Amino acid sequence: MGKLLPWFAIVTAALLVSGIVWALAFAPSDYQQGNSFRIIYIHVPSAILAQSCYMLMAIAGAIGLIWKMKVADMVAKSSAPIGATMALLALVTGAIWGKPTWGSWWVWDARLTSMLILLFLYLGVIALNSAIESEATAAQATAVLALVGLVNIPIIKYSVEWWNTLHQPATFTLTERPAMPAEMWVPLLVMVIGFYCFFAVSLMLRTRNEILHRERRARWVRELIEKQ
Amino acid sequence: MSFDSFSDFLAMGGHGLYVWLSYAIALFVIVINLVSPVLRKKQLVSELVRRLRREKNAS
Repeated sequence: MGKLLPWFAIVTAALLVSGIVWALAFAPSDYQQGNSFRIIYIHVPSAILAQSCYMLMAIAGAIGLIWKMKVADMVAKSSAPIGATMALLALVTGAIWGKPTWGSWWVWDARLTSMLILLFLYLGVIALNSAIESEATAAQATAVLALVGLVNIPIIKYSVEWWNTLHQPATFTLTERPAMPAEMWVPLLVMVIGFYCFFAVSLMLRTRNEILHRERRARWVRELIEKQ
Repeated sequence: MSFDSFSDFLAMGGHGLYVWLSYAIALFVIVINLVSPVLRKKQLVSELVRRLRREKNAS
């Protein structure tokens, strides 16, 4: 993990810098929304990541619950703050985008509301983790909460189809070509991959801290510290 | 390049505030998510170093 980290960091920086420059300066403006459309390059990657991160957190929690694997518990715990900030980023950029496009910062629309619930689920997991003293009990409780909250993920995904919403449908699907021209969606894809790489870096850093903290009485940690 | 001048680029066709605010917040969130675990690691290591020193002095 330690050897992979610098490479992930370099790839993340390269993807995000090129993606942002491309998104801001080179991608064409939308014929209806003008340049406010450029917010999509932040909004969509953060929203996708917030949901993927939640699924990872729930799966890691389930693995920890079933097979009592400690690393899985640590990954679940470490992914919660990243996911929470990504959900918040998606909501805030959505609000900023909504103002010039819909004329309102917020509407109680199905997509927006289910995304807000996702943020609250993350905050619930974080609060539960810090409220329970025993690490094993905290991991079990948050895993159960995360698994119950998993039902929200398909609701977010299909909210634009099940309900009449203001929110536009998904930009990327696995089966169809994107509705926008390539000059628009290629930088978006770069940003999405960049966000995933950023997530990998941040998650590795946090999980390593968590391991160091929990194994603080172990011999290998002591030997590591003595070398410093 | 989809802008004619740098001032056009900053103005974003009148949506400058919205676009730049979004990107600034995104940058802030990304940086926080990378800096905070690095700081936390430093804190953890210094705590462990202090504990090790205490134990050595005690024995």
